[in-house]
Amino acid sequence: MTEPTRPLPNFEESDTAPFWEGTIDRQLRFQRCNDCDTVIFHPRRHCVGCLGRDLIWHDASGQGTVYSYSIVRQSYHPFFRQHVPYVVAWVDLDEGPRLLSNVVGIEDPSSDVHCGMAVRVEWEPHGDYAIPLFRPL
Amino acid sequence: MSVQQRDAAIVGIHEFPSRDVEGELSPLHIKAESASKALADAGLTWSDVDGIYDAGEGGASGLTIAEYFGLSPTVIDTTNVGGSSYQFHAAHARRAIAAGKARVALLTYGSTAHSNVARIGTGGRGTGAYPADNLESFAGLTLIANYAMCARRHMFEFGTTSEQLAEISVATRCHAMRNPDAIRAMEDLEFLDIRETTVDDVVNSRMIADPLHLLECCMISDGGGAVVIAAPDVARNCRHKPVWILGTGEATKYPEGGADITSSAAVQSGPIGFGEAGVRPDEMDIAMIYDSFSITVLTILEDLGFCPKGEGGHWVEGGRLRFDRPGEGPALNTDGGGLSSNHPGMRGIFLLIEAARQLRGESTAQVEGAKLAVAHGNGGMLGSRHSAGTVVLGGD
Repeated sequence: MTEPTRPLPNFEESDTAPFWEGTIDRQLRFQRCNDCDTVIFHPRRHCVGCLGRDLIWHDASGQGTVYSYSIVRQSYHPFFRQHVPYVVAWVDLDEGPRLLSNVVGIEDPSSDVHCGMAVRVEWEPHGDYAIPLFRPL
Repeated sequence: MSVQQRDAAIVGIHEFPSRDVEGELSPLHIKAESASKALADAGLTWSDVDGIYDAGEGGASGLTIAEYFGLSPTVIDTTNVGGSSYQFHAAHARRAIAAGKARVALLTYGSTAHSNVARIGTGGRGTGAYPADNLESFAGLTLIANYAMCARRHMFEFGTTSEQLAEISVATRCHAMRNPDAIRAMEDLEFLDIRETTVDDVVNSRMIADPLHLLECCMISDGGGAVVIAAPDVARNCRHKPVWILGTGEATKYPEGGADITSSAAVQSGPIGFGEAGVRPDEMDIAMIYDSFSITVLTILEDLGFCPKGEGGHWVEGGRLRFDRPGEGPALNTDGGGLSSNHPGMRGIFLLIEAARQLRGESTAQVEGAKLAVAHGNGGMLGSRHSAGTVVLGGD
C-alpha cells in the first residue's frame, strides 16, 4: 500500500505553471503588472488593476510574516490526519503576495506561532518541483 | 427615511424537518417536497409558479429542476455563490417581480450532506481545476481552519476572546432548545448532552482548529427547504400576512491584495441592503446571520454595523443576542442556527425562513412584536473567497 501524500498541485495548470517551474530553482515567483505595478497573486494572464496583460514574473526574497494561522487538530484527509496537529497560515511575503502554506520547524504549535511572526521559505522537494513551506526566522 | 418599496413579499415557507433521511431521499426529493409544502403554506399551487431559483448544486441545471417540478417558468436563476445563494435568489426574485417578469418565485434547497458522510469542515480539499486552488491545496487547510484564521486575526488585532465568541454558540443553543425540530436534529445526529450551554461548556469543548472549539462549529445535517416570493397583489391574497423584502445587497471578497480577514463582504452588501430598506441595523428585532462558526456571526455583526469593527466581542457579552432580551440587540438565529438546528452545507434559505416565521409571529423563540429582520448569508469561506447576501425584511 502506498503512503498517502500531501495533495500536490497540477504542475502544468496553465496560469500557475510558471510559479511551479520556479520552484525547480527554489524560487518563489509572483507577477507584477508592467503598466500599473499591481501585484497579481494567484497568477493570471491579465492584470486585475488595469486592463493590461503585460505581467512580469519576479522572484520574491522568500521572507515574510504570518498574517494569521490555525492549528489543525482534526482532519479526515488521509495524509494530513497523520500529521495533526499542524499549522496552516496565511504568509504575507515582503513583496506583497499572500500565500497559504504551513509553518514548520516548531516545537509546540500552541505557543510558538504568532500573528506577525517573521518566517522564511523552506522547500519540500517533490521530484524536480518543490512545495514552499515556512519556518520561523 | 426613504419610502420603502414593497415590490415583493415572502408568502410561503417550508423547512424540511428531518436532518437525517438515512440515505432514502435525494436532494431533488427534498426540494420537491419542500416546494409543494411552501406553496401550500402560501395557498398557491405549482401552476402559479413562473420563476424558479435554485443553486443547481450537484450539477442539476435549471432545466433539470424545472422538468422535475413539472413547471414551465419564464424566469430561471441558478446563481450559486455558496451558502448565501438564497439571499442572492431573494434579491433577484424581487427584482424580477418588480420588473414584471415574474409573479410567483419559488426558491428551493435540498441536501443529504449527513447521509453522504460529507466531511465538509475537516475533509481535505481536492486539487481543483482553478488556479487559486492549485496554489493552496497542498497546505491542508480545512474549512474550519479557514474560519479559525479569521478568529485568530480578530483576537490579535482587537483582543477578542474565546469566551466572547462562545456567546454566539450559547445564544443559538438557547434558541435551539425551544425548537422541537432542532432538538430532534441534535438527537438524530447524536449530539452528546443536549441542553442549554454555558460559555464554559463552549470553551472547554474539544479544539478542532485553534482557536475554534467543537461547540463553535456548525453541524452537518441533511435538510432543505423552500420559500415562495410573490408580487404584492398575489401576496395580499395568500394565507399568511406578507413578509416584505425591503432591501437587498450582494457582494464578494477575495484574499488578493492583502485583504483584511477580520471583515467580510458584508461591509459592502450591508449598507446597500439597509440603505435600500431605509432602516438602520439598530432597528432590527431579528438577526438571522449565517452561523457556520461563531466567528462568522461576530464578524458579520460588526460588518453590518450593529457595533463598530473590533468591538463585537465585548458587544455580544452577557446574553445580548437572546430572544428574551428585546431592546438590547437583535435576537440571533432564533431557530437554533447552523450551530444547533441544521446545516446541510448551504443554510442561507433557513435564514429567510426563520426571519419570515418571526415576522409572522410563528417562531418557537418568538420575539414579541418583531417587525424588522435581517437575513445575512455568507457563502464560500470567510477567510478567503466568499460571498455575502443581505436581505432586510419587514412585517406587514
